[in-house]
Amino acid sequence: MKHLKNIILKTENLSIGYQNKKVQNIVASKIDIAIEKGKLVAVLGKNGIGKSTLLRTISKVQKALKGEVFINKKKNDRFTNKELSTVLSLVLTERLPESQITVFELIALGRQPYTNWIDKLSENDLEKINWAIDQTEIDHLKEKFFYELSDGQLQRVLIARALAQDTDIIILDEPTAHLDLHHTIKIFDLLKKLVKETSKTIILSSHEVNLCIKFADEIVLFTDSKIHSGTPAELIENEAFDNLFPNDIVNFNKKLEQFIINKS
Amino acid sequence: MKNKSYTKHFILLSVFLIFLFFVNISLGSVSIPLKDILNTLLGGISSKESWTTIILNFRLPKAITAILVGSGLSICGLLMQTLFRNPLAGPFVLGISSGASLGVAILILGSSVFGGFLFTNSISNWSLPITASLGAFLVLSAVIIAANKVKNTMSILIIGLMFGSLTSAVISVLAYFSEADQIQQYLFWSFGSLGNLSWNEILIFSIIYSIGILATLTIIKPLNSFLLGENYAKSLGINIKKSRNIILLITSLLTGVITAFSGPIAFVGLAVPHITRMFFTTSNHKILIPAVAILGAIILLICDAIAQLPTSEFTLPINAITSLFGAPVVIWLLVRKKKIYV
Repeated sequence: MKHLKNIILKTENLSIGYQNKKVQNIVASKIDIAIEKGKLVAVLGKNGIGKSTLLRTISKVQKALKGEVFINKKKNDRFTNKELSTVLSLVLTERLPESQITVFELIALGRQPYTNWIDKLSENDLEKINWAIDQTEIDHLKEKFFYELSDGQLQRVLIARALAQDTDIIILDEPTAHLDLHHTIKIFDLLKKLVKETSKTIILSSHEVNLCIKFADEIVLFTDSKIHSGTPAELIENEAFDNLFPNDIVNFNKKLEQFIINKS
Repeated sequence: MKNKSYTKHFILLSVFLIFLFFVNISLGSVSIPLKDILNTLLGGISSKESWTTIILNFRLPKAITAILVGSGLSICGLLMQTLFRNPLAGPFVLGISSGASLGVAILILGSSVFGGFLFTNSISNWSLPITASLGAFLVLSAVIIAANKVKNTMSILIIGLMFGSLTSAVISVLAYFSEADQIQQYLFWSFGSLGNLSWNEILIFSIIYSIGILATLTIIKPLNSFLLGENYAKSLGINIKKSRNIILLITSLLTGVITAFSGPIAFVGLAVPHITRMFFTTSNHKILIPAVAILGAIILLICDAIAQLPTSEFTLPINAITSLFGAPVVIWLLVRKKKIYV
């Protein structure tokens, strides 16, 4: 293993999955990854292989079956919800319940870990909210209700909410799931810019393998046999992508650095 | 959260509430001039002694009860709808009202079924509220225990509904074995009534009500975070289980005491939050909680005024009026807006 400095997130012998009474449904095991501060990390793999489960386990939405997750060298189950909320923020795929909150209010909810009991926004809170709105370029949306937004706009708003939460780590579960190519690339651009300018660590799961190879600093790749991690160049060099999918429909082209559909 | 300015809304509604409060007091089978009413309320004496008695011991307590019941039930409805993120939730749906009814049914109907040895023949004013509260707490504790076992809020809603049907079934069985007199007595209670409360009872009512309202103010923050769903709320540092239990406790306390003192009053808890959201177009609880309380009070004062059939000697059951009023409003809302928010 190469030498890493400034590790912000680490897993040790981690097993993830679901505990149903006494039956354990292990989705993936022996996960040992280390993520450096200020990197854009993509978690890739085919459907159902455990990308979301890993992100949910890291963010304590669900429990680890075995092994440990360390955030800033502290086990994640030692964090209270409240402590974790100032270190790690989330952008989830689940639909928001229907309600009449405006984009501004939604982003302001990101300040809850810092506000007083009645949720009053201080100068500092407002500053952070406006900064998040600036960064995501959604100023024109802020008075709208969130249900009036397109999927692409909503995704930017949710990212702004996570930014307002002012955490070192932001975890996004398939942030481009419902987006067209144009909006997908815009989201990747935004995340790349944020990592560069704020030195936040952004971890996302995605099916956009080709784009992640271009945009991500690090990739965690789930294949049937093994979990690889490293820079895109390293993984290409190790031919890790070759086993991602069955070879009958798509194949990885090492020279083009992307997956190509087989000619029939 | 940033608040759009709702000051105008609030001033308008408050003025309307005060206006209705006086209208409510001036209505009744005995007509009393407005001057005498104001005089009496301001601590003076009206021209006739009987008028003073009517105002101070009957109409004023009733108007106050209407305000407490209307605002309390509406807040319960709002809390339930936010907690379950379900526009159909309300104190009735969770079975809490049914629990209170069960308590009362056992007290009234049970005396004939169990041969009357459990309960001495006369039912005092006090035993009703006590058994109703006990019933509400019983069902609620069952719901809380179930709620801590299942994580899914939808399941809790269904469990609440089941408890509701269960208690109704028990009441039916009790009614089947009861005598006509007792069934009638129970029936009258279930019609609901805002009157007949002594000042002593109002005092107890207000104390429990205030505890519920104060506790509600402390959970505005978790309530707002629930608007994003449980996972986001958790990631914002909210202790989900604790907040959920506080909400359930407040609801049981308020619903219990309200049902005890005024019977099971339907629809207010469900309908008022929806009407409020339509007027205020927000889901922010900092605005919604006071707004729902004021609107709930207004609506119950109106319902009570209608129930008295002004200038006649009859009073219709308040429960019938709230349903007659509530059901069409909910239907109209759904048809018109096509979309209903939490």
